[in-house]
Amino acid sequence: MTLELRSTRFRAEREEAWLKLECLLGRAERGGARELTDDELVSIPALYRSALSSLNTARAISLDQALIDYLEALCARAYVFNYGARASLGERIGRFFAHDWPAAVRALWPETLVAALAMLLGAALSYSLVSADPEWFYSVIPAEMAQGRTPAASTEELRATLYGQEDEEGRTGLGVFAAFLFTHNAQIAIGAFALGFAFGAPSVLLLVFNGAVLGAFVQLFVSRGLGGDVGGWLLIHGVTELWAVTLAGAAGMSIGRALAYPGRRTRLEAAADAGRRAGVAIAGVVVMLAVAGLLEGVGRQVVTSTSLRYAVAAATAVFWGAYFFRPGPSRG
Amino acid sequence: MAAPVPKRVRTLVTPEGVPLRWELGEASERAGAFLIDAAIMLAILMALVLVLIRPILRTTLGAGTSADEAGLTLFLLAAFALRNLYFAGWELTPRAATPGKRVLGLRVAARDGGRLTAEAVFARNATRELEVWLPLSFLGAQAEAVDTWTALLGLTWSAVFLLFPLFNKDRLRAGDLIAGTWVVKAPRRRLLPDLAAERPHSALFGGTTRPHFTFTPDQVDAYGVKELHVLEEVLRTRHAPTLTEVAARIRTKIGWTAGAGERDRDFLEAYYAALRRRLEGQLLFGRRRRDKHDRG
Repeated sequence: MTLELRSTRFRAEREEAWLKLECLLGRAERGGARELTDDELVSIPALYRSALSSLNTARAISLDQALIDYLEALCARAYVFNYGARASLGERIGRFFAHDWPAAVRALWPETLVAALAMLLGAALSYSLVSADPEWFYSVIPAEMAQGRTPAASTEELRATLYGQEDEEGRTGLGVFAAFLFTHNAQIAIGAFALGFAFGAPSVLLLVFNGAVLGAFVQLFVSRGLGGDVGGWLLIHGVTELWAVTLAGAAGMSIGRALAYPGRRTRLEAAADAGRRAGVAIAGVVVMLAVAGLLEGVGRQVVTSTSLRYAVAAATAVFWGAYFFRPGPSRG
Repeated sequence: MAAPVPKRVRTLVTPEGVPLRWELGEASERAGAFLIDAAIMLAILMALVLVLIRPILRTTLGAGTSADEAGLTLFLLAAFALRNLYFAGWELTPRAATPGKRVLGLRVAARDGGRLTAEAVFARNATRELEVWLPLSFLGAQAEAVDTWTALLGLTWSAVFLLFPLFNKDRLRAGDLIAGTWVVKAPRRRLLPDLAAERPHSALFGGTTRPHFTFTPDQVDAYGVKELHVLEEVLRTRHAPTLTEVAARIRTKIGWTAGAGERDRDFLEAYYAALRRRLEGQLLFGRRRRDKHDRG
């Protein structure tokens, strides 16, 4: 019995490297990568690979279950550290704006088209319904949302809502109003993305309904000869906001489409691909809605001339269009 | 010994080509982790209310100073960030786990064995809107004009997403499915001493070395790998009655008569070492004897 077991010798020779890896991982997990020196950080992948190779060998030659369990847990920890989301935050954000976001938006173009059509359909439908019978207005727009902008209001009152301060929120300050609009809309956009999981149907419904509200609203103002004015009032932030909402719906639909029609890939693979791409798009949508919230909460209250409002709307349209679809080597 | 419970074990091949076995987190553990995180989020929200909103309420309503406005704006943005970035923020750290997951020894990993990307983490957590907030909004809907049946239908519909992990074998949440991730157990294990190694510390106990046992080839051929692992566990748990019982069984099986003053533990350790030597020797020749019935 004086002769050592082969597996015992194997362990004795490598034990030190395993414990070193374990110690480094423990420190890195507690304090993040900053906790380690450059040399230590560089040594982790090498130690990880040697631990993996130890595990491979141990499975072949050792029957010490505790040893194999230990190595599996150690390798799993090192694996997650090695292959975890580890690009620095600055880098990651830079790549998002420079490449990932526009690419995700471009890849979503078929869904975006359908989403825009769904919204237009809703708008056209409710526009024609409300022009046929103004009573429809009340079934499309809930009272608390209309805030007095109903067919019962006089034309002068309606005009005042377009150029005056926002009646309720106006008093609480523009910054608060902008923050409220942004968080509210962004939450709905993220909801539209999440609803894509139900095969995209609720996302489409959300778009149609959003369009319907818009259509009824526009019809009310157009019927009083305020069409041009309401256009400026809506579009100054609406170009950004509606575009963002359309993209959110499109992102949801792309997930629904991947789940329903995965094509040649498995359903899970297709869903994962679509989900990651849509996730990038939806992060961008939140950024767009922050811009829209500022334009609506602050810009619209400050800029009260209709022509200037249209100018801002056109500028935002050009900006987003150029940003998403700009030609160049970074494309793809 | 309790029979081993069937575990949710999946094999994932690393980019280096080595299969790693992962044990998936149970639904109960996931729910527990979520509850811990929800409690933390609630505590943060309450702190935000105390710090940012309470000063506003104490001033006369409608006075609307600019400090109040800043407080309210900050609160809205902070609450938004908390709701949408809490989970993603934690899961982007090297531990790839929220505090709740850490407590329960869970972590997030990519299903395909590749890198866990930021977009996957974002996508898997954006769907919490569907799984958490939607059911909650239907639960609280009776205050509004929606009638009870509509609210109930909505609740049932949204409960499908909430309970989604219970209906698939990988315990995938809707978000995991969309993001291509899953939640695995990541227990920390200590490196336990090798039972077959010579005990250097035995010198501490009056310098007695391990008593010498010699087994015949027939005697070490009595068992296979499965029994070896059971024996390993018995030796590691050090439960005296079990040690005695197992030692008695093995002695009967291999026809060993205990010498005077022979301790069960010494006997079992020696037999473990001998059995492991024998089975590992066979392993080198490509033969793995599964259990005592496996006579090849």
